[in-house]
Amino acid sequence: MKELQDLALYLEQGQAQKVIALTEQLLAASISPQRILNDGLIAGMAAVGEKMRNGDMYLPEVLQSAGAMQASLKILKPHLAREGAQSRGRVLMGTVKGDMHDIGKNLVGIMLQGAGFEIVDLGVNIPPEKFVEAIKTHQPSIVALSAMLTTTMLNMKSTIDSVRLAGLSSYVKIIIGGAPVNQGYADQIGADGYARDAVLAVDKVKQLLGISA
Amino acid sequence: MRHTFQTLAIPSRAGLMFGRSPRPVTCGFGLTLGNGAVFPELNFTLPTMALDEANWTAVVAQYEEIGSMIERAAPRLKLPGLVAEFELLPPMTEHPSWGAQITGILHQHLKKLYEEHGIPCALRVTPTDIRDVTKPPALRSGKPLDQLLQSFRECGSSGAHILSIESVGGKEVHDEALLYGDIDGIIFALGVLAPRDVTFLWERIVEICSKAHVVPGGDSACGFANTAMQLAGQGMLPEVLAAVIRAASAVRSLAAFECGAVGPSKDCAYEGPVIKAITGVPIAMEGKSASCAHFSPVGNVAAAMCDLWSNESVQNVRLLSGSAPEAYLELLAYDCRLFNAALQSGSGSEYQQLLVDSDARLSPQAFVLTPAATTRIASAIVGHKNHYGMTLAAAKEAVALLEEARASEELTMNVREIEWLARISESLEALPSDEGRIISLMQERYGHLFSHESYGL
Repeated sequence: MKELQDLALYLEQGQAQKVIALTEQLLAASISPQRILNDGLIAGMAAVGEKMRNGDMYLPEVLQSAGAMQASLKILKPHLAREGAQSRGRVLMGTVKGDMHDIGKNLVGIMLQGAGFEIVDLGVNIPPEKFVEAIKTHQPSIVALSAMLTTTMLNMKSTIDSVRLAGLSSYVKIIIGGAPVNQGYADQIGADGYARDAVLAVDKVKQLLGISA
Repeated sequence: MRHTFQTLAIPSRAGLMFGRSPRPVTCGFGLTLGNGAVFPELNFTLPTMALDEANWTAVVAQYEEIGSMIERAAPRLKLPGLVAEFELLPPMTEHPSWGAQITGILHQHLKKLYEEHGIPCALRVTPTDIRDVTKPPALRSGKPLDQLLQSFRECGSSGAHILSIESVGGKEVHDEALLYGDIDGIIFALGVLAPRDVTFLWERIVEICSKAHVVPGGDSACGFANTAMQLAGQGMLPEVLAAVIRAASAVRSLAAFECGAVGPSKDCAYEGPVIKAITGVPIAMEGKSASCAHFSPVGNVAAAMCDLWSNESVQNVRLLSGSAPEAYLELLAYDCRLFNAALQSGSGSEYQQLLVDSDARLSPQAFVLTPAATTRIASAIVGHKNHYGMTLAAAKEAVALLEEARASEELTMNVREIEWLARISESLEALPSDEGRIISLMQERYGHLFSHESYGL
């Protein structure tokens, strides 16, 4: 459908006003909100992710697109709720105990939101017990842990151990990221996945949840 | 008493030379910096290990090992002198006695090095700015500030010769503005918020240093300009944006010197050359020999005006040759031999030109670090009545330099970089000259991120 393709294109270009207007127009034409989300917004953000992956888009431009998506989602959400639409999954995220770095974590959150996931961001310096408590409260499909320091990355392991001890590890998949960690460390501490950057984090989450596109 | 710099201490690019500064600093065990030689500054950190009370004995053993290595390696390398830098990790600042204990250990090793081998040396200690634990950060009151200042006092009384910091005031707004490429927010953070915090902090640090007879070194825009540099390095931000931020960030670091810092400036403060041109103090820099800590496009040009040459930070892990800190001390030693041989043979200017030419054409970030660009940016800064005006002037001068370099084909930029340079230029020109007006505008956009009390607003 051409209008949905246009919506994806406006989103890719970060044209928030056009994205809002077209979202309203499509709803008025009785196009399913789920279809607007999947074929317009998520498709547009997928193109943004691809451009970022190839080095063809800078972060401020990506964020402009993400902002346009948020504006459209604000309009779509009540319609999606009425239709009983399900989100692609909920991701709980935070920087582990002792670590105050959050730029990388925030980027991962923005890209995951752009891919249609619901984000619960606990913030920075999050102790293991707070992750456990938040898993019980929010029941996410994925937990994403971030660390920037060689002395705090060890708290990823203590967080994973706490989740396991609380008997929650069969309900969630845990992924890790941050400058000092790699796939080897993820394997060593029993994480389900590792991603080097925000774009690859989206791929990893989709892979873990069996989402193909 | 705040000192305002009205003129340049080094008014011409020819005066900006590595190893030489008009206001040398004597510190530690017989070491004078900026007096005709470049010395290595070795920086090191822990390998991957827990840093807590239960593991403290093992942590201490790491620093003992590094201290012993310096004692052994410095004479082997026939170093004419050195600075060792101990950057505290957050828990070491939260527990001031921890940082002080390591300071004391390293001091003893350097003392032995001087007494037994006659090698002049000094210990720089850098407590971590831990005041950003809350959001918005409470910068002027509360436990983290108390712990930070206590850490300065205890490190000062335990053997530090130079005290420095990488302060974070304004970063809460800068981080957000940087990701969105919002020039207004970036200039507000660098020109209004950050200098207010640097001034608040350095009035206290200088007082502590004075009582402890310790040299107040300097601050660094690491959390600002180096974040931009790293994001640009990953292709997430345009290089021209990182270059303009580098120039603009010099003003918030200069505020420490207005309060009485005397150098050497911090190694990760790549804005150091501008500080040197304005104040005449010796500066520490890092570049190609800091690739153990991070990558950069300014590996050679960063060395062009340095007085200390640093490796930024290296984990104490084993390499084939030996420990990583020892390997990097050797790298720095050879780098410094070359600087000093060039100075002694009268070839300093030629060597400096090679350092500049090998990088400057390849990156906007390198281009703004050349002696010529440094002099122009420093000239643009002095004489303005407030930090906001100085920051805006520095940013505009960086844009002018890059536009001229592109036009004259001294610097190659791709289309996207050129578009961004134009966008940055337009945004800077549209900013109000009045500080009160920018505060009011940015309050609307970023007021949820910062606390007025933290900046005396």
